[in-house]
Amino acid sequence: MSAITLKINGRDYDADLDPATPLLWALRDTFNLTGTKFGCGAGLCGACTVHLEGEAVRSCQTPVSSVGARKITTIEGLGAARSHPVQLAWIAEQVPQCGYCQSGQIMQAAAFLARSPHPTSDQIDQAMSGNICRCGTYQRIRRAILRAAGEAA
Amino acid sequence: MAIETDVSRREFLKTGAAGGAALVLGFYLPSRRSRGRAAEAEGSEIFKPNAWIRITPDNRITLLVEKPEMGQGPRTVVPMMIADELEADWSTIRIEQAPTIPDIYKGLSTGGSGGVEDTWPGMRKVGAQAREMLIAAAVEQWSASAAVERKDCRAENGTVVHLPSGRRLTYGALVETASKLPEIKADGIALKSPKDYRYIGKPIPRTDVPSKVDGSAAFGIDVRVPGMLYAVIARCPHFGGKLVSFDDRAAKAMRGVRAIFPVDPLPRPLNTAGGVALVADSTWAAIQARKALKITWDKGPDGSESTESLRKQLDGLAGGPATFVAVNRGDAATAVGAAAKKVEAYYELGFQAHATMEPMNTTVHVRDDGIEVWTPTQWAERIQATVAQLSKVSPGKVTVHMTLSGGSFGRRAQWDYAAEAWQVANEVKKPVQLVWTREDDIQHDFYRPYSHHRLAAGLDSQSSVAAWSHRVVSTPIRGYFDPLESLKDPRHLAQQELGGADVLPYGVPNFRLDFAPLHSAAARAWWRSVESGANAFAMECFIDELAHAAGRDPYQFRLDQLAAQRKLGGLNLSAVMWADNPPLDVSKFEGVLRLAAEKSGWGSPLPAGHGRGIACHFSFSTYIAHVAEVSVDKDGAMRVHRVVSAVNCGTAVNPDGVRAMTEGAINYALTTVLGGEITIKDAAVEQSNFNDYAVVRMSQAPQIEVHIVPSTEDPTGMGEPGVPPLAPAVANAIFAATGVRVRRLPVDPAIFKGAHAVTS
Repeated sequence: MSAITLKINGRDYDADLDPATPLLWALRDTFNLTGTKFGCGAGLCGACTVHLEGEAVRSCQTPVSSVGARKITTIEGLGAARSHPVQLAWIAEQVPQCGYCQSGQIMQAAAFLARSPHPTSDQIDQAMSGNICRCGTYQRIRRAILRAAGEAA
Repeated sequence: MAIETDVSRREFLKTGAAGGAALVLGFYLPSRRSRGRAAEAEGSEIFKPNAWIRITPDNRITLLVEKPEMGQGPRTVVPMMIADELEADWSTIRIEQAPTIPDIYKGLSTGGSGGVEDTWPGMRKVGAQAREMLIAAAVEQWSASAAVERKDCRAENGTVVHLPSGRRLTYGALVETASKLPEIKADGIALKSPKDYRYIGKPIPRTDVPSKVDGSAAFGIDVRVPGMLYAVIARCPHFGGKLVSFDDRAAKAMRGVRAIFPVDPLPRPLNTAGGVALVADSTWAAIQARKALKITWDKGPDGSESTESLRKQLDGLAGGPATFVAVNRGDAATAVGAAAKKVEAYYELGFQAHATMEPMNTTVHVRDDGIEVWTPTQWAERIQATVAQLSKVSPGKVTVHMTLSGGSFGRRAQWDYAAEAWQVANEVKKPVQLVWTREDDIQHDFYRPYSHHRLAAGLDSQSSVAAWSHRVVSTPIRGYFDPLESLKDPRHLAQQELGGADVLPYGVPNFRLDFAPLHSAAARAWWRSVESGANAFAMECFIDELAHAAGRDPYQFRLDQLAAQRKLGGLNLSAVMWADNPPLDVSKFEGVLRLAAEKSGWGSPLPAGHGRGIACHFSFSTYIAHVAEVSVDKDGAMRVHRVVSAVNCGTAVNPDGVRAMTEGAINYALTTVLGGEITIKDAAVEQSNFNDYAVVRMSQAPQIEVHIVPSTEDPTGMGEPGVPPLAPAVANAIFAATGVRVRRLPVDPAIFKGAHAVTS
């Protein structure tokens, strides 16, 4: 165990953790930030996606010891009162069904759009194919990303 | 251990379908004028016309929704029904999950795509009753100065208006008076006609979407209780196997580990695997400790079962005697033999997992004064009854909090995971959350059955279908759940294997449908659309083959072959076997076929290498036709570019919900075509996660267009019926594109080797 401080959503979180603990479980079980979801534990589904200095990472594959002083953003810290353009687009397009994968989808989309503000539909498919949705909301996700990019028809 | 065993989907559906029954018995009216805890804080009263509606003086309306929210939208569509009759202002409504009190709330479970169909009669009456009481209250308040008549008053957008004077009172201002009024019986109140609908039929935004874009929506796995621990179970991987011994010395020494103990398997209908439970301070610690366990398993009596061993039996079962003949009209065997043209085909479907995004989990706290359960479920009252039975207390001592479910698709109609959680919590006596990892979920699911279909048909000299025979061989669902004694009845065993295949929409004078069971130790149960998914694949691919044998366009051939008799009754054998299972209306079947063909531009030119396929199916009282457009590249990679759907589900209460369910069903079913398969070796599942059980991803997801047939008839199911016609539409499109027939799902790209029309 070692004392670890994590900078999450602009706040410092301290805990005594096994350094190998994946960030996912520190968020969920230690810091009670349950918006980030456990889907596969193997980096295969994207449900646990958070931002590390703005980059989308799979928190289930990120040991807390590897984070250091880098800033973590989770779905809870993405936009105050659901104000992020991606969140607004998700509401406008009525994307979620069960909603379980959507934190990861939104974090993935937000990081992608920050880097590629004017994506094509194919680029969206490529960027989002690591995120599984079993409810099958893919078409609405595609539309919402285009909308957030200001390119919706 | 004694566990209630007489549990069938019929019973499940009955309890699920009883949403309206409460009204027959009279509304729950414990205290229409009450000072609840919240109200006391505000110093105000609550008007509770019935068990589903609460109105406070600040004009806020709380609606209690019974049906579990697992993505299919009951927390929006049910309030729409209530609010419409209540003439409520939508912006004042908030939603709560109804508590698990089955004596009051009869509609807590959902399955068989029945959520909307079940609540449609009852929940509109609930709204209408409240509206009438609020109008009566307004009449009373106004009459204090001068007499006002009921006929001069109308409810409108959260207010009651006195039409002659234009005076208006908000619902909030009527709470106190309404609370003192005698009950107005709901049964005598006429419901609105469709032309007066205010919310019904409009694409109302989902009430749960805001909480699902900011991380605040709480699923079962998000339950946090002070002092709670986390657990996983190392389950016996072999179906029917058992724990022999385990060495937990290394695991026990690990940080955060609190307890390690064996858990017994629970018998049918629970069907839990049993194994070794590990309880720790965090989910991660429990998962790590499990890796350090050394366990010896006994593979059990079916330990040599494999997918190969199952496949080896198929020919014999498909060609041998049937154990149950479901339909025997005319003489199909003779008529096929005598036909001008004989066509034979087989179709096969592997086991499929549900793979909900939220893995199974349940949190349980066993205390001296009662048991508290937090669970994502389709069947809360069953969990309540089972936990009560296991712990030998009355159901009233078991509080079940139904949480949001991160997908269900039939998986959470099982209650195995909640029983396991109770086993662990009962040992620990602290709140414990049992979490299944993805590996647990993939390997201990209740799979869609393995099935094999042998079909033969005869075309007469006019190329009409003169005879059709269909042998279904499958690992029967009932065989996995029911008491062994009941399984001696061959009809019982066939009960959930033949639905959809029993009613041919096509006019065939000689028709036989029969069944032979394939013994398997593998777990199987209700997977989105149950047997309709498999049977529609066989039927709608086969009619396509007959069209090609007749040299006809597959769409036109379907239209030409439709039965002349317009209403076709089934056997009520199927998964959708309500007692009043409606007959297939051939006109509606034809209507969605025509609409899908028209909207997809059926017959218009396609890019080189693309093919179009059509399929149509009637299930859960709903008619859906899909037209799929597909291409296959030289490496056998399939791409479904577009799916056009036509849906007749009666009144589309929330049209955007109907579209969402159709889109979802298409992508869910597409995994059975393009995705992975659950295979068996040593009576254990060979797959473990999304690396070896592939599911459809964004890059494979087609463009989807959904067209809804306008209707004012009662609404019908939408959760499942989009699934059955999808696989055959895609398979038929693959044939149109490549000339290769899909015989087995999921599709093995090797079948395209040497195909003549594969695009480069």
